[in-house]
Amino acid sequence: MLKIDIQIEQQMHLLILKGEIDASNSVDLDSAIQSIFAQDCSVILVDGRELDYISSAGLGVFMSYLDDFQEKGIQIFIFGLAPKVLQVFEILGLDKLISIRPNKEDAMALVG
Amino acid sequence: MSQSLKLYCDTGQLTLLRQFLEDFLMTTSMDELERHQVLLSVEEVTANLIIHSHACNSSEFIQVNANLEDDLLKIEIHDQGAGFNILDYEEPEIDQLITTKRKGGLGIMLVRKFMDKIEFETNGRKNTCRLFKLVNSK
Repeated sequence: MLKIDIQIEQQMHLLILKGEIDASNSVDLDSAIQSIFAQDCSVILVDGRELDYISSAGLGVFMSYLDDFQEKGIQIFIFGLAPKVLQVFEILGLDKLISIRPNKEDAMALVG
Repeated sequence: MSQSLKLYCDTGQLTLLRQFLEDFLMTTSMDELERHQVLLSVEEVTANLIIHSHACNSSEFIQVNANLEDDLLKIEIHDQGAGFNILDYEEPEIDQLITTKRKGGLGIMLVRKFMDKIEFETNGRKNTCRLFKLVNSK
C-alpha cells in the first residue's frame, strides 16, 4: 500500500511518501516525479517519515531522474527515513548521490 | 522450524510475501534492521523471477520456504521455467545506471550485500535460489 501526496510550499515541492514502494507500485512514484517535472520546480523535498519500505524498483526511479535533476538545476533532498529504510540507501551508496537528512529543518537548511 | 508460501506470478502478491516473511522472522532473534535486510533480499529475488522469468503470468507460481535451524536462516525460492542464476549476474556500476537511466540492477546488488551466502541450483526444469543469513552473526 502506497500513498503519495505532493504539496507546494513556496518554491518547494514536498513529495510525501507513505507506506511501501515495491515493483507493483513504483510506477506511481515515477508518475509523481514526472508531474513535479511538468511544473516550475527548483527544489524537491521527499518526506520519508512514513515510508516503511522501498525495494530496488523504487530506488531505481530516483536514480533514473538524477541526471535530469542536475540538468534542470533541481535540488532533491530526502528526510525522515527510518533506520531500516536508510540502511538500504546507505549500503548502495545512494546517500552519496542524494542528500539525506534526519528531519525537514535539516533538509531545508541545505536549500541553496 | 520451517514454513512455506505459494505465490502466483503477480507483483501484487509481493505484499503477501512481505507479511509471510515478517511473521516468520519475528519468531527469530533478528533485530529490525536484519529482518528488513532479509525481507528485502527475498523480495528482490522473487520480484525478479515474477517479472523477468515469468512475465507476470499469474497462472504460474513461485514457492518460498523459510527455515531456521540453529543459527542459520535459509530461504529457498523455487520456480519452474527459464532459470535466472543470480550468481552469474554481473553487477552494473551505479554511475552507469544513472547515465543510462536504467531502472534495474540495484536489486541483486542488495541481495549480495545483505545476505551471507547465495546458492543457485537447477535441473533444467526446476530452479532453486537459496539465501542464507547467520542469525546473531554480529
